[in-house]
Amino acid sequence: MGVNNPFALYKWQALFDARDIFIDGLTTTLEVAIGALILSVLLGIIFGIAGVFPNKFIRVLNRVYVEFFQNTPLVVQVVFIYNALPQIHIVMPVLLIGIIGVGLYTGAYMAEAVRGGILSVSKGQLEAAMSQGFNYWQAMWYIILPQAKRVMLPSMANQAINLVKNTSVLAMIAGGDLMYQADSWSGSNMYYGPAYLTAGVSYWIICFLLSKYINKLEKKAEV
Amino acid sequence: MIHLIGVNKYFGNNHVLKDINLHVKPGEKVVVIGPSGSGKSTMIRCINQLEKPDSGDVIVDGINLIKSKAQLKKIRQEAAMVFQQFNLYPHKTVLENLTIAPILVQGKNRDEAEQTGLEFLARVGLKDKAGAYPSQLSGGQQQRVAIARALNMHPKIMLFDEPTSALDPEMIKEVLDVMVDLAHSGITMVCVTHEMGFAREVADHVIFMADGQILETGTPAAFFDNPQNERAKQFLSKIL
Repeated sequence: MGVNNPFALYKWQALFDARDIFIDGLTTTLEVAIGALILSVLLGIIFGIAGVFPNKFIRVLNRVYVEFFQNTPLVVQVVFIYNALPQIHIVMPVLLIGIIGVGLYTGAYMAEAVRGGILSVSKGQLEAAMSQGFNYWQAMWYIILPQAKRVMLPSMANQAINLVKNTSVLAMIAGGDLMYQADSWSGSNMYYGPAYLTAGVSYWIICFLLSKYINKLEKKAEV
Repeated sequence: MIHLIGVNKYFGNNHVLKDINLHVKPGEKVVVIGPSGSGKSTMIRCINQLEKPDSGDVIVDGINLIKSKAQLKKIRQEAAMVFQQFNLYPHKTVLENLTIAPILVQGKNRDEAEQTGLEFLARVGLKDKAGAYPSQLSGGQQQRVAIARALNMHPKIMLFDEPTSALDPEMIKEVLDVMVDLAHSGITMVCVTHEMGFAREVADHVIFMADGQILETGTPAAFFDNPQNERAKQFLSKIL
């Protein structure tokens, strides 16, 4: 058992000694994931409602946003923000690039989930609310969205989990996240086995806990 | 109280309301009948602007809704609507269905809205269902809740858009009884319905519509016993 075993014990030892690097990466990954999740849910609600808005111009905005971000690779989007925006003097810390990049991308999927949820609520609900004097936003907030939640939540949950995994795109722009740290640490000493396994298991744990939490929310949303 | 003046409405190329003129005085009960697709529902939905006419004026309680759109919210509180499909809020309890608009739209406090809400539930015979969810009720019960929900806005006008058409036959009577009771309370009512017995009993005027036009207006006795219009005669011969 020696150099040829990718999971040799001494490689694990080395990883344990370098644990601070991995903890750093994990922290960055969590920060980006939480920030991007908040951003994507906000964008999802805004653009999801835009997708069913009475005004046609607003609906077109929804389509442009969704079609653009869903149909180009996340990697390209993030690399673009990282490399192209500084050309027009927009320079952001890499953490913020991660939040914005992943948030914008996932927001497009969230918007589709929200739109689908709203469309699943019968048209009569909006009419009943309007006939009682609710304005559009009150009707949305108090009548439509609470009913749409049941349909929205499962697909938003899938997107949240994809989002966590997609934060690994930051490795492409030296983002200091878990994937980047695993990659650069093992790139210098060739201990790929423990590095990637640790990274993979960490992503799995985050996503597993997240999906358990969302399951709970879904149960609560059922009337 | 309600004036539709020269109202026209198109759905695409389909001319669904043709120069409609309708006048309802305070306290009057008007029943609108006619074959399916004649524009009855579209007309009643113009009164609270769930449908926007392409031309003409809609004046409710002295306010021209085409010219002063800002007043629409006020008029919608005064003219409550009961729908064919009930449209209760399924995520709210029966009592919450009655109180959410008075609280959020009219700014009433919760206690007051709940108190009057319970009174109206008692009036439609469903006080014991206050804590139930709409899905736990029968169609007839749901529609009675919908009527109580409308009443809890303390409206001056009640608009009924085929309130019994989605009900099983044995439930129609319980809803009609509530509507008859309501009619005797002096509120202004416009009701689109196929219930001829109800029309005879409560209507001050019966309006017959076909092909987007009002073809005949009259008292129930005159209309049912001696219709003048050919289309109205045909229609009545099929259903009576």
